[in-house]
Amino acid sequence: MTELVVCSGKGGTGKTSIVASLAALAHQPVLADCDVDAANLHLVLAPTIARTTPFVAGRRAVIRAEECTGCGLCAELCRFDAIERVADPVRGASCRINAVGCEGCGVCVHFCPAGAIDFPPARCGEWYLSETRFGPLVHANLDTGAENSGKLVTLVREQARSTAAARGRDLILSDGPPGIGCPVTASLTGADHTLLVTEPSQSGLHDLGRVLELVDHFGVPAQVCINKYDLSLPLSGAIDAWCAGRGIPVVGHIPFEPLTSDAQMAGRSLVEYAPDCEASVAIRGVWREISRRLPGGRGDADTRCARPIPLVARAPRP
Amino acid sequence: MKLIVTSQGPEATDPVDPRFGRAPYFLVCDVETGGFTALDNRDQAAAAQGAGVQAAQIVAGSGAQIVLTGHCGPKAFAVLSEAGLQVYAGATGSVQDAVHAWYEGKLELLATPDGIPHH
Amino acid sequence: MRIAVASGKGGTGKTTVAVNLALTAARAGLSVHLGDCDVEEPNARLFLDVAFEAPRDVSVPVPVIDAAICNHCGACAKICAFNAIACLPDRTLVFLDLCHSCAGCWLVCPQAAITQGTRVLGELTSGTGRELAATQGLLRVGETVVPPLIRAVKDAAGPAAWVILDAPPGTSCPVVETMKGVDFVLLVTEPTPFGRHDLELAVRLTRSVGLPCGVVINRAGGTPDLIDAFCAREGLPVLARIPFKRTVAAACAEGRLAIEADQDVAAAMTGLFHALRDREAAA
Repeated sequence: MTELVVCSGKGGTGKTSIVASLAALAHQPVLADCDVDAANLHLVLAPTIARTTPFVAGRRAVIRAEECTGCGLCAELCRFDAIERVADPVRGASCRINAVGCEGCGVCVHFCPAGAIDFPPARCGEWYLSETRFGPLVHANLDTGAENSGKLVTLVREQARSTAAARGRDLILSDGPPGIGCPVTASLTGADHTLLVTEPSQSGLHDLGRVLELVDHFGVPAQVCINKYDLSLPLSGAIDAWCAGRGIPVVGHIPFEPLTSDAQMAGRSLVEYAPDCEASVAIRGVWREISRRLPGGRGDADTRCARPIPLVARAPRP
Repeated sequence: MKLIVTSQGPEATDPVDPRFGRAPYFLVCDVETGGFTALDNRDQAAAAQGAGVQAAQIVAGSGAQIVLTGHCGPKAFAVLSEAGLQVYAGATGSVQDAVHAWYEGKLELLATPDGIPHH
Repeated sequence: MRIAVASGKGGTGKTTVAVNLALTAARAGLSVHLGDCDVEEPNARLFLDVAFEAPRDVSVPVPVIDAAICNHCGACAKICAFNAIACLPDRTLVFLDLCHSCAGCWLVCPQAAITQGTRVLGELTSGTGRELAATQGLLRVGETVVPPLIRAVKDAAGPAAWVILDAPPGTSCPVVETMKGVDFVLLVTEPTPFGRHDLELAVRLTRSVGLPCGVVINRAGGTPDLIDAFCAREGLPVLARIPFKRTVAAACAEGRLAIEADQDVAAAMTGLFHALRDREAAA
């Protein structure tokens, strides 16, 4: 089984739109949306949800108001500024926990002299096993402001793996979150390959460098594709050169395509909505290049490719 | 001598859980008597993070010297080896099957962690 | 006034709005401090003419166990909700990457065997330019604990008339941390289904923390779009529309200021500035 994770560092480079197209091109994939914080893949894949499971992780402190003496020790000990001591008409003062700020450490629970704080398990969101026109999709929704996004990502990936095993599918295609923090770490740990989608901007290049450092840290083989490459040819060239200098293959240059948002509106991937536009042709080229590199990966991409793709052999890891 | 096996259920006929930290039960097998006792790990298996650390601590306190499981991540492995336990990976089938496989020398003694690290 | 510039979806133009609004305000005579709270991928400085000082480390306290005093009673491992401590019969192990710095272990230790060490999460750098001051946080690659670094960026903002905070994308804890204590949240989005979906999440978050918000539509066309429809339904003010032009995209890509590259963007930012000034005066 092979797991390909699509990441970007910078947000808004077109990662999810490209994943949707790759989902259409791949042979019998299992799909996973690891961007649990702001999931979008389902907007294009129109899944039918087969199973919804609540995501419970960690605990959250809850004060039993009638037993709180208002001493304020909890507020003093809380390192996360999640507890407020407020005036109370009956008792003089009482303490209140801000559920969004609570880290779930339980220090207040342990030290409350009145034993007035409960510590129940916290619901942080839910995850879904769905069916789409391209295959099963595992996706999730983190509650707004909730913690433990990394754990939810890990859960989504575990479910995608067991679904793939149960259905006899060889490829897991994951839409990763932006950034380089906890959910990205959780998306990349133990993955087989990563495609980094960047765009020709200073920010895109800067963020690509940061996410590549993380990818290297985990030893995951990386390939890059430049989306909207024609918005700045000099910067696209700079990214090509930068990647070449590091021995990272650039597997495609996808032109800016206004039809991308029309496709989104129609709930289709670009390769379904406008199969003959230049960007679709380029995306098929990207998939052909990637599937060539996946062990046992069999891309269904056809061979129409607009321009030769510069390829650089990956330098051996030190 | 005691062995401990990660299990999906509380009986020796239940299947081995390949995950070390998130296994719902640990079955302790007394090699001399052949008897099994179950330790419930369901609370910890749902921990937001560090399930492996916590599970390793329980296992280390169980009096077992040997662990049979599917895979073992780096943090759990660190705790288990600090506690002087030997970890055998690749166990499959029922808990009883795993003990027999270990007895016949068919399981791999881990020198380094082989599981995916979680945080 | 403290303003957080946020968006559920990444790449909608948060940084573009934060930087160009900050300079518009500064050029109108306000003292402005721009804080880049997107510490995973900070980009604002690419657009700023600010000489940043040498960075300093931002760290959090973590436990250091004195093996000579510790009697392995296990109280620290028991209180640690994050399973960062494993207590064995003859030794106690700490896994620092699991630690959330809650202080539980050193507060609870009956032997007083735990002292506070530090763990570096990232670095902070500030600078003052001709027009405004700025601070950025930069998370160490491989580090996963983000909120303390965001707090450090906010603490460094100083007494400027306007503090503008560039938030990370998403709606989870780093965004909540950025929004804490601000007066107003600007939500930047784009007129696509992804943009609308993530705007909905961001609005839900903003409301759950009880903050007023307004919307900026980036890459807008000339006619009302799906974001206008959503905002009308939700009773949200659309405070600015930034037109989509390839020239603007190219300017932003190259690290140039959109307000200097295009007059329509400059007008949109001036309109946004006045709308926010009016809110500030009314408050």
